[in-house]
Amino acid sequence: MLRHAWRIARKDLLIEFRSRTAILAVAVFTVLVLLVFNFGRDPTAVATRDLAPSILWVTFTFAAVLTLNRAFHLELENQALEGLLLAPVARGSLYLGKLLANLAFVTIVEAIGLPLFALFFNVPVLPVLPSLAGVIALATVGFVAVGTLFSAMTVRTRFAELLLPVLLLPFMIPPLIWAVLATAALFAGRPLSEAGGWLRLLGAYDIVFVTLAYLLFPATVDE
Amino acid sequence: MKLLVAGRWLTALGLLLLAGVYVRALAFTPVERTQGLAQKIFYLHVPAAIWAEGAMLLVGLASAFYLFLKDPRLDRFAEASAEVGTIFAAIVLTTGPIWGKPIWGTWWSWDARLTFTLFLFLLYAGYLLLRGAVADPGTRRRYAAVLGICGACLVPFIHFSVYLFRTLHPMPIILKPSAPSLPGSMLATWLFSLIVFTLLYVAFVMQRYALALLREGPAGGERHA
Amino acid sequence: MLRAEGLRHAFGPVRALDDVSFTLQDGQTLAVFGPNGAGKTTLLKVVAGLIRPQGGRARVDGGRRAVGWIGHQPQLYAQLTVWENLRFWASLYDVAPSDAILARLGLDVHRDRLVRALSRGLVQRVAIARALVHDPRVLLLDEPFTGLDRMAAEEFRKLLAEQAASGRVTVLVTHNVEEGTELATDVAFMRGGRFVYLAPRAGRGAGEIGDAYRRAVAGG
Repeated sequence: MLRHAWRIARKDLLIEFRSRTAILAVAVFTVLVLLVFNFGRDPTAVATRDLAPSILWVTFTFAAVLTLNRAFHLELENQALEGLLLAPVARGSLYLGKLLANLAFVTIVEAIGLPLFALFFNVPVLPVLPSLAGVIALATVGFVAVGTLFSAMTVRTRFAELLLPVLLLPFMIPPLIWAVLATAALFAGRPLSEAGGWLRLLGAYDIVFVTLAYLLFPATVDE
Repeated sequence: MKLLVAGRWLTALGLLLLAGVYVRALAFTPVERTQGLAQKIFYLHVPAAIWAEGAMLLVGLASAFYLFLKDPRLDRFAEASAEVGTIFAAIVLTTGPIWGKPIWGTWWSWDARLTFTLFLFLLYAGYLLLRGAVADPGTRRRYAAVLGICGACLVPFIHFSVYLFRTLHPMPIILKPSAPSLPGSMLATWLFSLIVFTLLYVAFVMQRYALALLREGPAGGERHA
Repeated sequence: MLRAEGLRHAFGPVRALDDVSFTLQDGQTLAVFGPNGAGKTTLLKVVAGLIRPQGGRARVDGGRRAVGWIGHQPQLYAQLTVWENLRFWASLYDVAPSDAILARLGLDVHRDRLVRALSRGLVQRVAIARALVHDPRVLLLDEPFTGLDRMAAEEFRKLLAEQAASGRVTVLVTHNVEEGTELATDVAFMRGGRFVYLAPRAGRGAGEIGDAYRRAVAGG
C-alpha cells in the first residue's frame, strides 16, 4: 500500500522539480503576500509582534490553497488518472501518494516563507524553531489532508481554481485559529506546554480528517 | 404532488405557531432583568442556531448512508436539509446582530458562536456551490456526499472551539450539564419555540424535497435504478 | 477469457449500454464498429472496470492486473521522459519495463526525450508501449490508430497480431472499418448502446464487413 503511495508521490515531485514553474510561482506569491502585509498595516499603530502569528498563518494558508489544485490537475492532463484507476493500486494508496506529494510541496513553500517572514518582520524565530516546526507540521497535515480530498473533486468541475478555496477555507480556519494561538504563545516566549490545548485540538483534527479523507477518497474517483 | 401540499400546510401551521411563540414571549413571559426586551430575540435566535447546526449533522448522516446505499432519495434529502440549514443560519446571522447592538453596543462582534455560525453558513454555501458546479447527476451526488460528511465532522470541532474561546457570547444556559438556570416560564416559551422550529425544519425540507423531485422530472426517480 | 453479460448503463437520460453480452476466449479479437456516441468507449470502460455498470456484469480473467488499456488520451505525463513514464507505470504493476518493447515500437532513440516534445504519432506509440508494459492478457483498445502514420499503423497491426497469436484477448473499438477488420476474429456493430450485429468475421475482408456495417447501422 505505502509502496505504491510512495511511487506516486515520487513521480509527482519529479514532475514538479522538472518544471519548477509551480514552486517558483508559489514562492514568489509567498513573498508578495508578506509584502502586502508589510504595507497593509500602520507600523506606528500596530506592533509587528502582535500581528506576527497572523501574518505567518495567513501567508501559509493562501500559499497552501494555491498549491493544492496542482496534484490532480497533473493527472487530468492526459487522462493519466484513468490509468492510475485501472492499475492494481488501492484507491487509498493513490490518496496517500497525492497527500505525501502535497505535503512535501507545501512544506517546501513553508520552508521558503518562514525565513523570509523572520527577516521581513524581525521576529526571532530561531530560538523557538523546533517547537514552531512542530506546530506548523501539525496544522499543515490537517488542512492538506482535507485539501487533497477536495481538490480531487474540484479539478473536475467548472471554476476549479475558485471553488477549492471556497470549499476549503471553512475547513482551514479552525486549525488556523489553533495554530495562530499556539504560535503566539511561542513568540511571546511562553513554553509550548501552555499551548497544549490547541495542540491537542490540532492533533485530533489531523487524526479525524486524515482518516476521513482516506475513507472518502474512493467516492471521488469511482463512478 | 402530495408531499408538496403537505409541506405547505405544515409550513403555514409552523408560521402560525411562530406568531404564537412571540405572543407568548412578549405578553406572558417575564422581561429578563439585565438584557431587557432585547432578550426576547433569544426565542428566535437559539432554536434557529440549533437547527442550523442540526441540519448540517443530518446532511452528513444522509450523505454517509447515500455512499453505502446509493439511494437518490437520501441525496435529495441532504440537498433539502442543506438549503433549509442555510436559511436557519441566515436567521441566526441576522438576529444575532439585532440582539448584539443593544447588548454589546455593536452590530457585529467576532464572538465565537456568531463567527462559527458564519462558518456554518459558508459551509452550506460551499456545499450548494459544489452541487451547482457538477453537471453529471451521479457525480454530483457523490461529491456532495463527500463534502456533506466532511462538513458534519467539522461541526464538533466548531463546538469545541466555542467552549475554548474567551467569548462575549452568553454561555449556553439551557443545554448545559447542570440544571437549566432559566425561570420556568422562559424555559417553557423557549421549548415551545424549539418545537415550532423543528416543525418548520420538517416542513421546509418536505417542500424542498418535493421540488427536487419535480425538477428531476418523471425520469428522475428511476434514473439510478 | 473475457465475459460480458447483459451490460446496461445510462448517463442521465442517455442510454450508453443496453443489454450488451459477449464472450471472448484466449486468442480472439473482437472489433467493435460504431458511429460516434454509440457507446463504444463506455463499453470498454465498463469492461476495464473504470465504470461500474448499472446492470449486468463484466468479468476479465486475472482482474485489473491483466488489463492493458489504450484510451482516447495517452495517459502519459508530459513532463517526464518516455522511459520515466514507462518505469512509473510498470512500477504500479510491480514489474520493470523492458527495452524490447521500446525497440519494437521504434522508440529506443526517443527513450530519454520528454513526452511533451514528441509528435502526436510518437506519443501514441508511447501510449501503446505503456499499455503493454505489464504484459497484459487482455487488451482494450479505444481508437488506437489515432495519430499513427501508415507505417506505424502497419507495424502496430503486426504487433497486435503477434499478441493475439500468443493468446491475448483483444477488444478493439473504432469508427473506421478499414482499420480494424484485418485483425478481428469477431466483428460487432454498435448503435444506440446495443450490439446490432455480432458474428465471427469468417475470412471476410474490409469491403464485405463495410457493406454489412452500412446495412446494419443505417437500416436496423
